[in-house]
Amino acid sequence: MSLFASGQQTVGPYLHIGLDWLTTRDIAGRGVKGERVKVAGRLIDGDGVGVGDGLVEIWQANAAGKYAHPDDTQNKALERGWRGFGRIPTDAKGGFEFSTIKPGRVAGPDGKLQAPHLVVAVFMRGLLKHLATRVYFPDEPANGEDPILKLVPAARRATLVARRAGKNALEWNIILQGKNETVFFDF
Amino acid sequence: MPNRPSSRTPSKPRPARLVGYRRYHPGTQPEYNFPPYASTQKRCPTQPLVLPPQTISEITGPIFGTDDVKPTDHDLTRQHKGAPIGERIVVTGRVLDENGRPVPHTLVEIWQANAAGRYPHKTDQHNAPLDPNFSGAGRTVTDGEGRYRFITIRPGEYPWRNHYNAWRPAHIHFSLFGQAFLTRMVTQMYFPGDALLPYDPMFNCIANEGARQRLVAAFDWESTIPEQALGYRFDIVLRGREETPMEKMP
Repeated sequence: MSLFASGQQTVGPYLHIGLDWLTTRDIAGRGVKGERVKVAGRLIDGDGVGVGDGLVEIWQANAAGKYAHPDDTQNKALERGWRGFGRIPTDAKGGFEFSTIKPGRVAGPDGKLQAPHLVVAVFMRGLLKHLATRVYFPDEPANGEDPILKLVPAARRATLVARRAGKNALEWNIILQGKNETVFFDF
Repeated sequence: MPNRPSSRTPSKPRPARLVGYRRYHPGTQPEYNFPPYASTQKRCPTQPLVLPPQTISEITGPIFGTDDVKPTDHDLTRQHKGAPIGERIVVTGRVLDENGRPVPHTLVEIWQANAAGRYPHKTDQHNAPLDPNFSGAGRTVTDGEGRYRFITIRPGEYPWRNHYNAWRPAHIHFSLFGQAFLTRMVTQMYFPGDALLPYDPMFNCIANEGARQRLVAAFDWESTIPEQALGYRFDIVLRGREETPMEKMP
């Protein structure tokens, strides 16, 4: 049986009415192992203005490199209560901030490991379908051999790697257009 | 009992293989750059998208269950002291994938304007009354067959400033996760026979007729509650999986 998929539609300007109840800025609760990091950044449009009606969703593995999902059949432990999901509405100036742990490495194509990364979906008015991107970690030797980063033109890779902004603090911006436009994926 | 083996054969362990998701059928999804919807112009990517192979990071995704929602969250008419103004409706349907398989136990979130076409939101300046008895947000989790049900009121049409004399057709926003990051979908449900549909850039951003018409609910006599509420049926189809596994898990 083949069905046409539903067409995606924008979240529009009033997304917060329906989506804010699940806001999750603290992805790793107490008792979750791993290196703690705070990630802060801004979502910026083609005029260089912060997007005040946006929403960022995060999906990630735990520090052992396991996803809380039945298709991840690796024999690795998941902490009780670990989900690995974040939902962060942007503030009036387009800012967003969340805290989590640095994920472990997970499998990539051809049995090679991927560098630690967060999977990101971006929603806002003006996007008829959400954008997909990733956050990689600074000073991470595995970035050099990451099979997904390697597919990104070298000059644009830096848009996917967060910058260190203090102890346990990272900065990562989402630039929708123009110079330093963030790399977006179509999986 | 006759004809029943004394002990069951233990089920085989799930094969440790990743099954990816098929690309959407051409034309079923909008483009990022769609000039008739003015807000796309400063927000759509201008550089080409990168097309990587799917990995376990995208084939998995957050799982929500009935513990994440309250049993009354599906009824938008009972969130306040009084009843909201407007025509009560029941919206039911199934969440399926492109292969026609139901998507069970998946979170469905909705939001919508009130009967006058106004959202209780600081940026909505439309000169139409707010309804103190209507917040316009609900959620539920599909059952084992992918079915869901909401009770709400029919939302009003409202003007927007996309172009001269622009009005949005009546619609309800739907947000779904499915089983993977790749199946994440936000869409809108429209009402049958809405005269504004031919004028709406949002509705018409979907080139494929089948995918576009899927966004229009059908009147449903069978889910109509006599003396209470008209029923509308709205099935949602998420991205479907490939037939064959991609590769082994390590």
